[in-house]
Amino acid sequence: MSEPSQAAPRPGRPPRRPPISLRDARTRSVLWQAVAVAIACAIIVLVGIQTAANLKQRGITSGFDYLGRAAGFELPPGPVPYASRDSYARALVLGLANTLRVSLLGILIATALGVAIGVARLSTIWVFATISRLYVELVRNTPLMLQLLFWYALSQALPGPKEALNPLPGVYLCIRGLFLPGLVWHGIHPWVGGGMLGVGVLVPVALAITSDRWETAADESRARRLLAGGAVALVCVAVVLGSGFSVERPSLAVFNFRGGLSVSPEFAALLIGLSTYTAAFIAEIVRGGIVAVGRGQKEAAAALGLSRGRALRLVVLPQALRVIIPPTTSQFLNLAKNSSLAVAIGYSDVMSVTDATLNQTGQAVEAIALAICVYLGMNLIISFAMNLYNARVAAGPAWSQHA
Amino acid sequence: MDVRHCLLSSAVLVLSVYPTAAIPGQPARVPAVETRSHRGGETPTLDGVRRKGFVQCGVTTGVAGFSAPDAQGQWHGLDVDVCRAIAAAVLGDASKVRFTPLTAAQRFTALQSGEIDVLSRITTITFQRDVQLGIEFPAINWYDGTGFIVRKARHLKSVRDLDGATICLQPGTSNELDVADYFRKNNLRFTPVVIERLEEATNAYFAGRCDAFTQDQSTLAAVRARAPNPDDHVLLPEVISKAPFGPGVMPDDLRWMEIVRWSVYAMIDAEELGLSSRTIDQALASSGDPSVQQFVGTSGSFGQMLGLDSRWAFNIVKQVGNYAESFDRNVRPLGIERGINRLWKNGGIMYVPDVR
Amino acid sequence: MTPAPARLIDALRRAPMFRGRTNVIVTAVLGAGLAWLAFRFVNWALVNAIWTLPAGAGTAVCRAARADGACWAVITERWRFILVGVYPFSDQWRPAVACGLFVSLYMVSARRAWWRPWLLGLWLVVPAAAVALLRGGFLGLSSVPSDMWGGLPVTFILATVGFAAAIPPAVALALGRRSRLPALRVLSVGYIELIRGVPLVAFLFMAAIMFPLFVPQGFTLDKLLRAQIALVMVIAAYLAEVVRGGLQAVPRGQYEAAAGMGLSYWPTTILVVLPQAFRLTIPAVVNTFIAFFKDTALVAVIGLFDLLGAAKTVIVDQKWVGFGVEVYIFAALVYFVFCYAVSRYSQRLEKDLMAQGHH
Repeated sequence: MSEPSQAAPRPGRPPRRPPISLRDARTRSVLWQAVAVAIACAIIVLVGIQTAANLKQRGITSGFDYLGRAAGFELPPGPVPYASRDSYARALVLGLANTLRVSLLGILIATALGVAIGVARLSTIWVFATISRLYVELVRNTPLMLQLLFWYALSQALPGPKEALNPLPGVYLCIRGLFLPGLVWHGIHPWVGGGMLGVGVLVPVALAITSDRWETAADESRARRLLAGGAVALVCVAVVLGSGFSVERPSLAVFNFRGGLSVSPEFAALLIGLSTYTAAFIAEIVRGGIVAVGRGQKEAAAALGLSRGRALRLVVLPQALRVIIPPTTSQFLNLAKNSSLAVAIGYSDVMSVTDATLNQTGQAVEAIALAICVYLGMNLIISFAMNLYNARVAAGPAWSQHA
Repeated sequence: MDVRHCLLSSAVLVLSVYPTAAIPGQPARVPAVETRSHRGGETPTLDGVRRKGFVQCGVTTGVAGFSAPDAQGQWHGLDVDVCRAIAAAVLGDASKVRFTPLTAAQRFTALQSGEIDVLSRITTITFQRDVQLGIEFPAINWYDGTGFIVRKARHLKSVRDLDGATICLQPGTSNELDVADYFRKNNLRFTPVVIERLEEATNAYFAGRCDAFTQDQSTLAAVRARAPNPDDHVLLPEVISKAPFGPGVMPDDLRWMEIVRWSVYAMIDAEELGLSSRTIDQALASSGDPSVQQFVGTSGSFGQMLGLDSRWAFNIVKQVGNYAESFDRNVRPLGIERGINRLWKNGGIMYVPDVR
Repeated sequence: MTPAPARLIDALRRAPMFRGRTNVIVTAVLGAGLAWLAFRFVNWALVNAIWTLPAGAGTAVCRAARADGACWAVITERWRFILVGVYPFSDQWRPAVACGLFVSLYMVSARRAWWRPWLLGLWLVVPAAAVALLRGGFLGLSSVPSDMWGGLPVTFILATVGFAAAIPPAVALALGRRSRLPALRVLSVGYIELIRGVPLVAFLFMAAIMFPLFVPQGFTLDKLLRAQIALVMVIAAYLAEVVRGGLQAVPRGQYEAAAGMGLSYWPTTILVVLPQAFRLTIPAVVNTFIAFFKDTALVAVIGLFDLLGAAKTVIVDQKWVGFGVEVYIFAALVYFVFCYAVSRYSQRLEKDLMAQGHH
């Protein structure tokens, strides 16, 4: 890059800047960027204009007003109360609640299952290792959609409500779903009871989470005593509240089972399919993470006299976590996105409700744009939460942060 | 980056974005909705049909009596005959039709996107579809209503007995909305099971996933005929809504809309005039009735007014038949009576303008 | 003890499942249970299975044996439909040849000795030839519109053409994301994160429903092409991340050496960086290919008939309703054979490249 030579600047005047020319790398970079932005803008503007023209010409209404109108269609019951006279916005909220429900449960189950299978893969017990390997290979090499359809087909092979399977008292399994005994509350006000229960649960959990801050043996025994106290408190609270709960068993009414908890076959198939599929990937990630921890660590732990289980828990896993968490984050995100396959088996998640809405209103652009925003939002939240956890793990335990 | 570079990049941006924004985004034709008397608007669908040499007809994925393929892949049904009538009128040959099977959820977007020329698919005409989706329904070719099919063994006498039941339904149908409204109005509750494809929904009903399946009465009759044991199932007596069916077209081609309308009317008019595929040749040759002459095209210039051959109605009746023939061929074998679909002078409500 | 049993016990004790005391116990306990399960499965799947139906008979004999034996008759009678959909019967050699073309393309691409520029040309020519063969309309081949294509050829086309067409945009996006120019970086990052944050199903819906709204009237593309375009756009974003990983892994020394030789940005990128980046990322690229090969199954939600869609349609038929398990096992086998083979290849490739890289 050559610059034209400059005469010595006259005193009191700023130096002359080189003229704009295509030889100048900066000018070229500015031009490249301007062209790229211009092309992107042109594409967006052209598509936007064409779309608006097409919508107008076909007489399709635009705008988000439809969200306030009554939806008119019924949806299977879910976490959010909804009836056909509620608005499309309400239906979308129900879809979102359903998506969150299956995603969060799926993440929990997939993680637990994935870690177990990943560890089993490395077990010295040949049967465990082989079964895990077969499981992982089988699940990873078939499409998720096929697995979902398989589980759904299995659920539809069950008998009808009158001939429902009754493996345990109060538990019924039939083509309409799984029906379990549920808890019904009729004691003190639910908020009070829930609050007490929350406190009784949160205190021991918080102590357990922060227990890695206890550095010395004295601290650790104090933590144990606190935990024990917390557990006792929890038991007391449970007994107090337990008097307010009663177990309601499902019973067969004219058509369906009434009462208790019901799990629809669509939800069950989606949850099982998503969890087993993601668990296989998490198992491989966990295995890779554990293998990545140097053999020296394992040998040192053995030399210290730690059993395999304790070595795993205290030495290997904390270090493996650093390697495991970023790819696991992306698996969680994949699970959340894969929950959209619910549209293929009739579970009312965000995608299904969007599909139903755009079929009834014809406003495809707005409906799909909303769905995209919802998924992007979920993406951001999960990434953010996992990044926080990752930062904490990457930083190391409390004692290593002093220096 | 200094001021001169800023100016340079802004200049590039403005020079390139401004022209694209100024392009008046091509709707490719002006909607001809200003006056009804002129016939100078463009006719994209009609031109497309003439250029392709066939009519692309959107139908169901297989509902006996209305649109279903046989073992050789030939389509038959009341709605199929509407499409064949349009082809006979426009192209002179009722076999120049291609069929696109569509689910209830796919049908409107297929029409709106131009994938099909006409939607003849047991589509209920509703305010929302006419106004919000912007689809035009030029004529009604079947009057029906939403009903329920249940197992006979349940001994249900009316829809009110379905309180608390599980009901299979399809998304994107008017039945879905009718059921929700009816149950809400009568303080009944039900659990919906939403399945998109008709065959899967009926299989779910037969397997016992739901206690009842809701669809239009005529579709339910076809479903019952397909059952492993048709006698195990019965249609509930109540028809909880009105469901007029008719072919649907996009509003940007008025001429095409009129052709579709008058193709349907022609078949009904032919029955009223007593013309059938067997008798129309003779009527063409020797009828003295002025109405018949105007219909078959020996007098008047109705075909030319539509931009079609003067034998347009003759071709329809000769190649496809009149409404009664179409019904007898397709729907009667399912055990469905004509009911209110009879001609007005026979006690029904089929009352259409004459070709005059 | 006589020598032979002693040798036998010795050999057994060395077998992996009996090494060590815990192993022996677990194998004995679980092994018995697993063997029993395997026995029942083999009974169901092979011994009591019904392989064909007598001509013209219904499926009553299959339904009667429902719990005892699998009804593989659904496969023997409907395998053509599952594999090629509603393609005209007399022309079904064409989809078979097209599938053969794709499989040979993959096998040729697998040999590292043949990783030359002409391989890129092959990746352009072979999919085009397969599509042309399916479409017909020349040399006396009857014309078959794309809405009659189905089954395995559709899966291969969507995956292969999608992947091949996505590589140039993916490279461009990866370079853009690593660019010093902020505008390019922002555009690339925006596109990649937007696409990766949204499920593929949403894009397929957009392609099927919204695409016609984006283009002038009269400009229609058939549904397969629309789905293909959506897939290309999505694969490009995911592949861009993989390529970016490869670009990051190229040692800085390479950039510095190229600069020292006086190469500016584009020559450096094309001649020095990209070839090395490709070599490093090929296992990841192959894994991405497997993932999207499986994801082509999603086109069933917009009404296209790939392998899974065709399989699903078989059991919707009144005759075969309820035999989903057999049909899905068959489809799973097809997917598994292909994906497992490719993933083994990718693992071996990764090992080879690692070994080579350490020289």
